Amino acid sequence: MAEFLMPILGADMTAGTLVAWRKQPGDRVERGDIIAEVESDKADVEVEIFVTGVLDRILVEPGTKVPVGTPLAIIREEGGAAPPAATAAALPAAAPAPPRRPAPAARPAAEGGRLRISPSARQLAQQLGVDLSGVTGSGPDGRIMRRDIEEAAASTAGALPPVELDRQTRMRQAIAAAMARSAREIPHFHLTTTIDMSRAMAWLSAENARRPVTERLLYGAVLLKAMALALRDVPELNATWSGERVVPNPAIHVGVAISLRQGGLVAPAIHDTDRQSLTELMEKFRDVAQRARAGSLRSSEMSDPTITMTSLGETGAESVFGLIYPPQVALVGFGRVAERAVSIGGQIVSHPVVTATLSADHRVADGHRGSVYLAALERLLQEPSQL
Amino acid sequence: MTDDEIRAVVLRLLGEIAPEADLEVLDADKRVRDQIDIDSMDALNFLIAIDKELGVDIPEADYPRLATLNAIVRYVSEKRAGR
Amino acid sequence: MTTMTYREALRSALRDALRTDERTFLMGEDVGRYGGAFAVSHGLLEEFGPDRVRDTPLSESAFVGAGIGAAINGMRPIVEVMTVNFSMLAMDQVLNNAATLRYMSGGQLNIPLVVRMATGGGRQLGAQHSHSLEGWYAHIPGIVVLSPATVTDARGMLLAALQHPDPVFLFEHATLYATEDDIDEQAGPADISHAAVCREGQHVTLIAYGGSVRKALGAAEELAQQGTHAEVIDLRVLRPLDMETVLASVRKTHRAVVVDEAWRTGSLSAEISARIMEGCFDALDWPVERVCGAEVPAPYAKHMEDASLPQVPEIVETVQEMFV
Repeated sequence: MAEFLMPILGADMTAGTLVAWRKQPGDRVERGDIIAEVESDKADVEVEIFVTGVLDRILVEPGTKVPVGTPLAIIREEGGAAPPAATAAALPAAAPAPPRRPAPAARPAAEGGRLRISPSARQLAQQLGVDLSGVTGSGPDGRIMRRDIEEAAASTAGALPPVELDRQTRMRQAIAAAMARSAREIPHFHLTTTIDMSRAMAWLSAENARRPVTERLLYGAVLLKAMALALRDVPELNATWSGERVVPNPAIHVGVAISLRQGGLVAPAIHDTDRQSLTELMEKFRDVAQRARAGSLRSSEMSDPTITMTSLGETGAESVFGLIYPPQVALVGFGRVAERAVSIGGQIVSHPVVTATLSADHRVADGHRGSVYLAALERLLQEPSQL
Repeated sequence: MTDDEIRAVVLRLLGEIAPEADLEVLDADKRVRDQIDIDSMDALNFLIAIDKELGVDIPEADYPRLATLNAIVRYVSEKRAGR
Repeated sequence: MTTMTYREALRSALRDALRTDERTFLMGEDVGRYGGAFAVSHGLLEEFGPDRVRDTPLSESAFVGAGIGAAINGMRPIVEVMTVNFSMLAMDQVLNNAATLRYMSGGQLNIPLVVRMATGGGRQLGAQHSHSLEGWYAHIPGIVVLSPATVTDARGMLLAALQHPDPVFLFEHATLYATEDDIDEQAGPADISHAAVCREGQHVTLIAYGGSVRKALGAAEELAQQGTHAEVIDLRVLRPLDMETVLASVRKTHRAVVVDEAWRTGSLSAEISARIMEGCFDALDWPVERVCGAEVPAPYAKHMEDASLPQVPEIVETVQEMFV
């Protein structure tokens, strides 16, 4: 039996509302099927199930708001060999935590600069986006345990104002919380470089001239592919910061920042960005942008980005010094492509250029590695046909 | 298709891309992108829709000619007549 | 399906082996005329004769060495060392010959030897006859160390040991010989690479082997009535340890207790605890706990011996402390 839990659809999500079930008890589900629609502060998201089997029981009715991690349904899994000589006692579906003996008076968790917290609790706090500074530990010597994190996550959800704010306001609040946390926790540093785009734009122009309109490429796709490929030279920028360590990501899933009509921003993932052809990337980019604006992104797209790209487009500013979305460790920003005077072989000519900025987590990378990345990015954009 | 019919289709497609825009007050001789919030992705989707509904594939080189609503209608009309 | 005792299960495996493979023979103190110090080989001398069931003098180093020699020369000897306590006299043979000759000969020599030993305390046999030294054997590269805790494994693991090309040491906890259970008499060799989850639970993982498995299961039963559901893992194979099964369980429960009758210091439980810390540090919500034998030579008086060994109440209390 597997439990389908309320997923985390963004680093700061603590609770979500089950909007609708797409499958009913008795329905067969396969890994990857959309099983439900969940509303977070930012979007209505279609949530995939990751096991194959039969939906056995629904535990939460539509319209109910529950903390992240709450079991929503039970799936009867199929397949899977029985363990050798197993005399498995049937598990209660959602067994309550075992009884606790009354605890002696707690010491504060943080003493002398070191936080007393179990490794598992630290990892869970990371996953649920719980701010450790606000958590009291109930373990020995004030150690923070998993149950303290679970309580903190649940009580934050409960502390939301009784008035149901509209989607816009809630999204603003969620973005505010995420950006504030980013600014608070991540020691940012920024590097910029101005990249000559004449070859890229010329190549793009020629390429688009021979493509039907349905296959035309926006220059954003070219930037996206280049910044993903450049990560192969500096893979630590594609990692995840988990509490005290950097965890490398084997795959590159770039979250593309997409502004929503009437304000708001989401950055859903395009999976395996470095492995897609420009045509495939363009198709995925269009699809995800359209769904982002229609409010129907999938949960895996919300939680999978390993790094984010933001491009201000033709009318944006010259350069962007963005904030990293935790637990990512880098953000690549592009200003608008504009004609500027550049010096080539001592002569001043006018070329289209773009300012690329790398915002990176100083716990993970330094100026030298950041420069290596930007140099790789610049190099790749000079050979657009190789992308 | 008459020019008026073309205009109606173009306005409808613009409305699909920018549902919040008030197309009644759209000035047909001012740049569309100065009046409606449309980015390059929106623009591309719009052009793809024009191709699909009105059968006109607009090459990138001609994009600058489609700045205003009137210019778009004129261009599409000429292209359709030319075939 | 039939019901057998642990010792009958071992006997049935021995009988099958002696019947089907001419190269196999049993050798040890009192295995023939006496029928085995623990009655495991009862009746086998009568059935197979003195060439296949051989009584040896009181000389562990000599007959374990002879077993090694026989194995090198193409036989499939089963050496019974009465208990692990006496195997100390053969330790040089085990460590420096059985475990090492294949390596030192560059693979030219294989030692398909099976050594069976009774092990453990709890029967008032005093300080020199109550040791649990499986951990010392599990320390040695080049050998396989097995610890069947069930009737089915007693038969199945012995059959599997006989097919293994390298030396296999099978430890039989002395308190298990009389235990009875259902068994498929036709079942062949058992898996000797994996641990088994013999009870599922989601709050804590209890890891045990040999004679301690039943105590862990008993503790799990009691804890379940208090609302704490323990997952029990029977290690089965002590070398090489199946840490995959253990880690998967701890990642689920976030708490682990190792039950090991041997003395705490430098015991196999310490190795398992280290590997859990290495393998799933981030999953731990509590330090790994160990319930081990008291750090004293085994007492003779019953109440004192009982107090010196892991027991169900102690395991239950250890788990309860982890949820304070």
